[in-house]
Amino acid sequence: MADNSFSLAYKNRGTWLDRCSGASKLLGFVLLSGIAMIVLDTRFLIFLVILSLILLKISRVKMSEVAALMKLVLVFMAINLVMIYVLAPNYGSQIYQSKDILLGSGYFALTQQELLYLVNIGLEYIVAVPLALIFLLTTNPSEFAASLNRIGIPYKISYSVSLALRYIPDVTREYHQISLSQQAKGNEISKKAPFFKRLKGASAILVPLLLSSIDRIESVSQAMELRRFGAKKRRSWYFSEKLKALDWAVLSFVLLIVIFGFILIIVNGGRFWNPFH
Amino acid sequence: MPAIEFQKVNFKYRVQSQATLHNVSFAFDYGQKIIIAGPSGSGKTTIGHLINGLIPQSVPGEYSGSILINGKDAAKMDIFQLSFEVGTVLQDTDAQFVGMTVAEDAAFLLENENTEHSQLLAQTENWLKELNLEALKKHSPQELSGGQKQRVSMAGVLSSDSKILLFDEPLANLDPASGRLAIQLIADLQKKLGLTVIIIEHRLEEALRIQADKLLVIDHGKIIANDIPDRVLTSAAVISAGLREPLYITAMRDAGVDLNKIAHITDLASLDHQAIKRQLSVWLEKKQPDKTKKSREPILSIQHLSFAYPKQAVFSDLNLTFPAGQMTAIVGKNGSGKSTFSNLVTGFLKPDSGRILFDNQPLDGQSVKERADKIGYVLQDPNQMISQNIVYDEVAYGLKLRGLSDDQIQAKTRTMLEVAGLDNMRHWPISALSFGQKKRVTIASVLVLAPRVLILDEPTAGQDYLNYRSLMNFVAELNRTQDCSIIVITHDMHLMLEYTDRAIALVDGQVIADMAPAELLNDPALLKRASLAPTSLYDLAESTGLDAVALSKRLVQEEMTRG
Repeated sequence: MADNSFSLAYKNRGTWLDRCSGASKLLGFVLLSGIAMIVLDTRFLIFLVILSLILLKISRVKMSEVAALMKLVLVFMAINLVMIYVLAPNYGSQIYQSKDILLGSGYFALTQQELLYLVNIGLEYIVAVPLALIFLLTTNPSEFAASLNRIGIPYKISYSVSLALRYIPDVTREYHQISLSQQAKGNEISKKAPFFKRLKGASAILVPLLLSSIDRIESVSQAMELRRFGAKKRRSWYFSEKLKALDWAVLSFVLLIVIFGFILIIVNGGRFWNPFH
Repeated sequence: MPAIEFQKVNFKYRVQSQATLHNVSFAFDYGQKIIIAGPSGSGKTTIGHLINGLIPQSVPGEYSGSILINGKDAAKMDIFQLSFEVGTVLQDTDAQFVGMTVAEDAAFLLENENTEHSQLLAQTENWLKELNLEALKKHSPQELSGGQKQRVSMAGVLSSDSKILLFDEPLANLDPASGRLAIQLIADLQKKLGLTVIIIEHRLEEALRIQADKLLVIDHGKIIANDIPDRVLTSAAVISAGLREPLYITAMRDAGVDLNKIAHITDLASLDHQAIKRQLSVWLEKKQPDKTKKSREPILSIQHLSFAYPKQAVFSDLNLTFPAGQMTAIVGKNGSGKSTFSNLVTGFLKPDSGRILFDNQPLDGQSVKERADKIGYVLQDPNQMISQNIVYDEVAYGLKLRGLSDDQIQAKTRTMLEVAGLDNMRHWPISALSFGQKKRVTIASVLVLAPRVLILDEPTAGQDYLNYRSLMNFVAELNRTQDCSIIVITHDMHLMLEYTDRAIALVDGQVIADMAPAELLNDPALLKRASLAPTSLYDLAESTGLDAVALSKRLVQEEMTRG
């Protein structure tokens, strides 16, 4: 009874991105999206957008696999951009220290500067999302915790992330089971029912789900303690691969881009590239 | 020096007012196989937790007396230090899998020891080979069969090098055939690696096949027997603790065989077969004629049903008829289509083709809710069904959702609570109930809608003999008094034999047997195909040359008169 709306799953698609270690992909994702957030140079951002779209293409991740999530992110991005505009319509002119009105008048007039700022923010999203998807969909979930741990996150935290991933299918199955037994009792949770009825119906599923999840957490933590999880300061990983030549190549390339980003900051005399001078 | 020694141990959980263990003393020697048996709440799991350190580390409580593991004082060790001395395989194998794949789960302990990577791989590989899991190492533990899961959890624990292994109810989630294999595997490993094995289990019929050196029976926190199984089984200890002894022993006891004169009751071959046969034959003559239920019109019929999941076909052209008033058992190993069957009948899944008729009317267009008024479905785990806090509210819930008037709801709910023996607990919070009582609440909450068919999924899993008896007697009474046809999905051969009129064995979506339970239970070839196992009565019949079916039926009659 697999739920098709949630098909974000690792699969070996046979490209060099799959062979790359989880740690270097994670590091690449963090560094590239980080530099995109720091250096707001539209030319640089467009370069990064093209790069990350090419990588997405190379990864052989199908659009159908990620469409639902993409839509969600686009909606979120749109809300974010509208909110920035509503809350700070003059932020752009402050940054670029000039004001060329495109549309409207008064406080909410849309300036060229604000538009450029919003475009930059939008591009940041478009850089980060494909990279995150590549990391998620080409990294064996088993390697997740090991990669997080490798970039310096304590292993107890890394492991709880991977444990959460490990329990998603179990909890989904259980949710399904509980929801069916609720429907048999006559609890209408389908879209036919009015909103409040659905809300009430949903709580009748969540309560048993929560209680059984607490039971599950208790027994899994006992099982982990009995196998000495947490006994030592460090732990090794079954799926920890040594960095290969490929990883070093990827990391060097990422580092070059980061350095180039910092050079741009010096050239532009700050985080923002200002075409309005 | 004993491997494990308890000296005058008293124990009380912090959250409870009464002590759980009273003056418990025993010593287990190295290289032994020990079974600790006792009913639910007897304190047997508490003993296990004291041995592996979960008490007092994870579950707080105070004890007096002394516990020595490998001669070391357990009070001075934390759970991590203790885990070097004792490896534990927990009851719920599903919950203890932490790795995404079999290999990772087997490696978990070594990872935590920060074992160097190449050594980690080599050692894991070694244990996977030892337990015959190499071919499965990339699979997720969840997709394995019950027996395979048991092997994975053993691989995960064995890598600790501890020479004492503790199994907490290893048979709880296994079908009879896998249960036998698991016991065999434990016995083999014990021999090969020179382990000391402690098994906490109340299913003695299966567990005793390990040929234990010692059987310890605990009841109400006190040890009532601690001796070689031959002596414990011929005494009254097992029965007085409310446990079920192996069936062949019950049959001999009922037939009037003097058990005290038998030196090795666990070894069937050593018995005086002629003498026992004489007594059993006399006993068999007292058999009353079978009560056959009048055959009635079908209440549920499955016609040419086909169903396939996207990746896997389950049923093709399934035909089954359930006459009204019957109690039917559906048996077969996990993945044979038992759950899919109930999901199709209750409308959770839609068939690809074919029809399901209820009382000669097709169920096709009816919603899950509409079907639930006719066919009730009770899940295995009551916690997955209960959504209200108070017993009364939970039972009344389905009626409320159907918009009945308050008077009607109250009348029906009270009647149902009375039938279920829950009326005096109607104001209790459900969290205060035992597992068996919760199970009753869920049955009552389904039955209050007055369905004419009730499907019970593993109703007695994980319950001890007394709870099993009281629950199944309740179900049998519903079957008689409420004119409710019952379909039980089960692994439990006793249940099938004692309570049902008919057994249907499913294998890969095919009906391979549809016959009287006693007949199925005594047909080794069919049982093997269905991943079931014959009871010890079959062995007794075999060695005495009596008819196994007659023996089974006679024993059930005797059991039922005991109530």
